[in-house]
Amino acid sequence: MTYAIQAEGLVKRFGATEALAGVSLTAEPGTVLGILGPNGAGKTTTTRILATLIEPTEGSARVGGFDVHKDAHRVRQLIGLTGQYAGVDEMLTGTENLILIGRLLGMSRRDSRARAAELLDRFELTEAAERAAKTYSGGMRRRLDLAASLIGRPQILFLDEPTTGLDPRSRGGLWDIVRGLTDDGVTVLLTTQYLEEADQLADDIVVIDRGQVIAHGTSDTLKSQVGGQILEVRPLRAAEVGNAAAIVGELAGSEPELRDGLIAAPITDPALMPAVVRRLDDAGIAVGELSLRKSSLDEVFFALTGHHTDDIDAEADELAAAAKQEART
Amino acid sequence: MSTATLAPEGLARRVSPGTGVRNVLTLAWRNLVQIKHNPMELLDLSIQPIMFVLLFAYVFGPAMEGSVQAYLPVVIPGIIAQNALFAGMSTGFGLNTDITKGVFDRFRSLPIARSAPLAGRILADTVKQAWSMMILLLVGFAIGFRLETNVVALLSAFLLLLSFAVLFSWTSVYIAMVVNEPEKVQIFGFTVIFPLSFLSTAFIKSTDGIPGPVAWVMDNSPVTHLVEAMRGLLVGGPVLEHAWIALAWGLGISLVFAPLSLHAFKKRA
Repeated sequence: MTYAIQAEGLVKRFGATEALAGVSLTAEPGTVLGILGPNGAGKTTTTRILATLIEPTEGSARVGGFDVHKDAHRVRQLIGLTGQYAGVDEMLTGTENLILIGRLLGMSRRDSRARAAELLDRFELTEAAERAAKTYSGGMRRRLDLAASLIGRPQILFLDEPTTGLDPRSRGGLWDIVRGLTDDGVTVLLTTQYLEEADQLADDIVVIDRGQVIAHGTSDTLKSQVGGQILEVRPLRAAEVGNAAAIVGELAGSEPELRDGLIAAPITDPALMPAVVRRLDDAGIAVGELSLRKSSLDEVFFALTGHHTDDIDAEADELAAAAKQEART
Repeated sequence: MSTATLAPEGLARRVSPGTGVRNVLTLAWRNLVQIKHNPMELLDLSIQPIMFVLLFAYVFGPAMEGSVQAYLPVVIPGIIAQNALFAGMSTGFGLNTDITKGVFDRFRSLPIARSAPLAGRILADTVKQAWSMMILLLVGFAIGFRLETNVVALLSAFLLLLSFAVLFSWTSVYIAMVVNEPEKVQIFGFTVIFPLSFLSTAFIKSTDGIPGPVAWVMDNSPVTHLVEAMRGLLVGGPVLEHAWIALAWGLGISLVFAPLSLHAFKKRA
């Protein structure tokens, strides 16, 4: 089997710091590979190596069947890259940005203009097409950036945190675009700090932390790997939350998590559920909500890395605020 | 499993020279078309030199050479040289902007000549340099500056100035590679170029009366040789003995800073 993307033992050192400590991954053609990890985990470094921007200190990678180092020029003819910072020229208009890329890819003036118009239309930027990109909102810039990476109809697309700093609506719009691309057979490598994003888009997920792959598989296998299911109970009367939590905790064998009157506890044995129901019934506690679900990627992440993703989300919010600030000035 | 992804046939192994040249021209276009959306830049390229010529000629002229007219042959070539040094910083400024904004990464992920993004910028900046020099000359002509030589000498002056500017701009390329925001390129540039351009004969006829060590620095400055050669080409006087020293300096500067820039870029990427 030939992979669209294949990396083996990638190590990257910047001076004394080791950004990557041996990352291996594969992506099958036409699928979305999600690289999930917190800031500084090595997501961007991995992407930059695969997109031929930097060379690994050790290890090798093939993209579209070509070595990213020895055959970089061929790789570049197959890929598109949308970096963490929108790589558009702010002084040029949307149309000019796209024509520029088209011309650099060897398209005629007329072809680049036509392709630019087509992509601007597809990403709902036609109205802003003749305005300088510096007047664009964050979401529009990202869309223009993505459009720029699609000019040459790449077979393999690298999206480095494409939705960081975007509002939920723009994020949803970008997700639809990515889904549309895989329908066309494009292989997508997507890095993200958002668990939900990886869950929504990726066929396979590689979780990296501190330069190493700490887990990989589909969203479902990852969830079940970590064991788990989560039993959730919401007593009808708020006053009974304490008693109910004690019962759930006793049966689950661990301290349950309380959030807005919802009791959640990880369990490994599904047969526990009827027992919980009986005990709550015996105690006369009326239950408003009772469910057994697979653990979320957030919980998976916690189990794998020992730290929650809340800190990451807070950081992302800061980034979003900073991006907005920048857009205003 | 066979895939549609793999199409080794038809994919070039490397960039052909013709494609490389086209890439450079496209990227130069990109740097020039920006002016359309940022007319301030054109103003910056034109107004500042005009202001300098007028201020220097009318404020310092009478004190320096007895009259505005007598000072023009001294100051016009000097300002042209000084302006070229300052304008060279825009190469680094633009380059650093591209790097920090991620535009450079986009270019480098494309199947284009590796040198095209830099060469395109330098080409565009050379066009801007020529524009500035033309404006300076036109303003000079308007207030009484006269070309005392011929058209060939004038074209040679352009050629000399642009060559020196390109060689010298490697310093700003290097700064662009080591600082983390474009504004710092300007700050560094200003701090270095301001004394560099004044410690020369750009605004004076000779270094007579200037204290020994300072005069020595001024007499041996690359800027002095550039200015003297420009004067020779525009209003008459020795050319070759200065031109070759100026160009040798430029060559030396680029031989030092080009590899340094490349090294800094690799480390940064």
